[in-house]
Amino acid sequence: MKDAAQGSRDYDWWLIAILMAICALGVLEIYSATHASGGLEGMHYKQIRWLVFGFAIMFALSRLDYHLILDQAPLLYAICLVALGSVLVLGSSRFGARRWIHLAGQDFQVSELAKLIIIIVLARFFAEVRSDELDLRDVLKAGMLVGVPLALILKQPDLGTALVLVPMLAVGAFLAGLKWIHAGIFTLAGVLLVGAVFYPPVSKHLLKPYQRERITSFLHPEEDAKGSGYQLLQSKIAVGSGGFWGKGFGNGSQNQLGYIPVRYSDFIMAAWAEEQGFKGVLLALGLYMALLLRLVQNAQRAKDRAGMFLVMGVAAALGFHVLVNVAMVIGAMPVTGIPLPLMSYGGSATLFVFMAIGLVMNVRLRRFVN
Amino acid sequence: MSYWFRNDNRLPQTRLAIVSYFIVGMIGVLLLGFWKLQVIDSDKYGQMAEQNRVRSIPIIAPRGRMLDRDGRVLVDNRPSFSVLLLRDDPKLVEQYLPAISDGLGVPIDDLRDQLQNTRNLPKFQPIVIKPEASSADLDFIESHRSDIPVLEMLSVSRRRYLPNGFLAHATGYVGEASETQIENSNSKLRPGDVVGKFGLERQYNDILMGTDGMRRVIVNSVGKEVDHLTQQDPIPGKQIQLSIDMDLQQVAEQSLGQRPGAVVALDPRTGEVLAMVSRPTPDPNDFAVRISAKEWKQLNEDPLKPLLNRAIQAQLAPGSVFKIVTATAMLEDRQIPESFTTYCPGYGTFYGRQFKCWVYSSKKGPTSHGSTDLHEAILKSCDVFFYTIGMKMGIDRLSYYGDKMGIGHKTGIDLPSEEAGLMPSEAWVERVFHRKWYAGETISVAIGQGAITTTPVQLARIIGGLASGGVFKQPHLLKDAKDVPEQRFSFSEHTIERITDGMYGVVNQPGGTGGQLRLAGIELSGKSGTAQVIGYGTRAKLSKQKKFEDNAWFVGYAPRRNPEICVAVLVQESGQHGGEAAGPVVRDIVKAYYDKKNRVPAGTVTAEASNTSPVNATAVVAPAVAVKANEAASVETNGNGNER
Repeated sequence: MKDAAQGSRDYDWWLIAILMAICALGVLEIYSATHASGGLEGMHYKQIRWLVFGFAIMFALSRLDYHLILDQAPLLYAICLVALGSVLVLGSSRFGARRWIHLAGQDFQVSELAKLIIIIVLARFFAEVRSDELDLRDVLKAGMLVGVPLALILKQPDLGTALVLVPMLAVGAFLAGLKWIHAGIFTLAGVLLVGAVFYPPVSKHLLKPYQRERITSFLHPEEDAKGSGYQLLQSKIAVGSGGFWGKGFGNGSQNQLGYIPVRYSDFIMAAWAEEQGFKGVLLALGLYMALLLRLVQNAQRAKDRAGMFLVMGVAAALGFHVLVNVAMVIGAMPVTGIPLPLMSYGGSATLFVFMAIGLVMNVRLRRFVN
Repeated sequence: MSYWFRNDNRLPQTRLAIVSYFIVGMIGVLLLGFWKLQVIDSDKYGQMAEQNRVRSIPIIAPRGRMLDRDGRVLVDNRPSFSVLLLRDDPKLVEQYLPAISDGLGVPIDDLRDQLQNTRNLPKFQPIVIKPEASSADLDFIESHRSDIPVLEMLSVSRRRYLPNGFLAHATGYVGEASETQIENSNSKLRPGDVVGKFGLERQYNDILMGTDGMRRVIVNSVGKEVDHLTQQDPIPGKQIQLSIDMDLQQVAEQSLGQRPGAVVALDPRTGEVLAMVSRPTPDPNDFAVRISAKEWKQLNEDPLKPLLNRAIQAQLAPGSVFKIVTATAMLEDRQIPESFTTYCPGYGTFYGRQFKCWVYSSKKGPTSHGSTDLHEAILKSCDVFFYTIGMKMGIDRLSYYGDKMGIGHKTGIDLPSEEAGLMPSEAWVERVFHRKWYAGETISVAIGQGAITTTPVQLARIIGGLASGGVFKQPHLLKDAKDVPEQRFSFSEHTIERITDGMYGVVNQPGGTGGQLRLAGIELSGKSGTAQVIGYGTRAKLSKQKKFEDNAWFVGYAPRRNPEICVAVLVQESGQHGGEAAGPVVRDIVKAYYDKKNRVPAGTVTAEASNTSPVNATAVVAPAVAVKANEAASVETNGNGNER
């Protein structure tokens, strides 16, 4: 594979600008949320380190032709399954879940890598489907492909990450020509499943106790004083008390006094919304919308279907992250532990986003190449 | 190039566009969610954030002190700490309960009970789990501030009363406001507020009680104070100066000793109460912290009724003290000649029934009084004379004078739950028992027996008022009170002279029933009374083995006209005559009064007095006499006026 016709002007500088803007908001808010509390100072520096590292990986990944990556999809898939399997056996346990593997002095969340690999595997799979319409057999095959790692991630247990695989599959299938009737049926099935999760007599067979507790506290936050119901309530108080103009940088009482749970990570949007108000939210969500639409535009201009699927897989994953995280912050969804891409503090999650965007750039850089 | 992507450049542009719309829609819905929280419901969440952030901790205002008439401190405050439990977060509380129980030495079940009892109060309101924290408790809280975030100390000031129940019934005591008090206070009181429950503490609660201040602090999510906002300083309660003379009070307490009974000493010229004792007495210091339900029950059900202020609440037959009223009625009515004389063989027969004179069963000396006139009758307390007077006057005239002089009416002393006593009359019998008055009943009433009951403070007021020429000042406990209500009778000078001569003779002439009380240089006068305990049946139920003895009274004053001091003493069930049991108490107090008056120049301030000038609650006028007849013929009130 030749690396022809790649100059700096071929990079999507708008996309990079949006990316950097979102990261900047994240670093600012991490600083605001942690600078005054003992033991957490300097967290924004760590995040900047991750971001620099992420940008490097992103550019590196963009140089490597995505077709070569897609060629290795079966191998990557195998690696993914082995890694997910081994984390269940060897991984270090935190908060009752085995999600982390210790590598080069850092703990990595294997499921973040799995998300990336599934995007690649699904892109390869849907690109191989020749017809304009996706028949049911292919849908089921794709479902199997996603189902196995999904089950392994659920086993960790990590419901949030496992759920991210579902929109990747859904968007991929939709773009691969899923029949409307099937789309309708799957949507209905999805709705029924969600309904079942919220219906205690059924959910007790499906969910772990802590997951059911989260569902219950989401439905009845006032019954759960310090659990996730309390978290949701405090998050809503933070958001609501911010008002239109916000309380000002470093002035959010919910943020500064620690009422917002993990205010530098999963609930960073609550901290942002409290201090920057609705105008700040408008800015942040505007940037996320611009990012996602920019991704779709990149997909539209991809040279081939494989590239499009790759980009849209990334878009599906990021979009789902934003939706679930932000909806949780405003109390419209239960606590799932899904971070807000690029704003939340965290190593593995940040690296995943940059590697995913690296793939997107890769596709863009090769749009004029035959 | 790999095999699998040849001829693969037809992209589903329509569906990609649909995904874009979906993205825009999704962001739009999320923005709507923020709009609802941040713009529509912003105020509500703003308040909730403020409630999170700010915690209000009350600063208790100290209650005003009580001083005696010379400025000596009778009731003071002492600093103390209470341990507060912050209940905002029940899970956290539950988690730390065992550690708290260990550290403070409070049984865990006790803590749970308290939590259970207060579960209806707002969560942000801390509860007191240990009212009297030791220094070890304070160390425990201080050293565990970070790992037990639900404890807080509250600095309070507690009442300190003099020991052994000194002046206890007059001062009363304080306690946590009851639910009814809180409801009736127009939200001035909150649960846990300390208010006067009894006695002066209750009567002058509004003056004594200050206004609590408030400390507003900023707390973080684990309840640690990180900053403080404006502080609202407490306004201390005002102190009151009582008319009580600590020296006389001391003598009164010692002289009565532990005998059940009461002492009221007052200055008939002003109505100021100089000493007030009731026995038995609880120690109000026990109530100053928190009294357990069990202790309270014990006190309340004690047959000796230690909570009763006998000085104003014991309604007992006045016995022979009432003969002064009968004598006054006789002289003022002028139906019976002043020179009227009876012959007392030791008993008399009226309406076919024999009534004994006390002298008949006396253990020493003669068993009859022989020929007796009014002066002699007062001196020797001849029952037969007064039986005869009673029969001749009839109940109407007797009860007219008794009622006029205040029997059956509260004196209006500035203490809660005063009792009125009872002056029987034909109308009363008809109203209460729906029957006619038996003429024979008049005979008993004439010597202060039968249905008639009075309180010690009433007798002090009546005797003091008569000796003052018919000016009855309303008894009160605040020094220098303005506009003290009074009742005036235009008794003839002659009547007053005869009566006071009689009472002077009781102490100072041969044969007087108070002869042993004579004091050199002091014109101590007075009248003894020895009353049978009525309600014998009910008393017997309480204690079968004890024989109920007579109640001893002595009401004395000095000098013989326009007295400066009048003392009423009741010794319950002493088994002795009034002059023997109650008289010495009167004598001791009057002697102490003159000793002090002759030795110590007035206005001397002791070292104990505060350096600030005492604040007199001059705005407070003692309440006017409540003129309301008591409808029930009870000997002694069973309940007491306090709230619990």
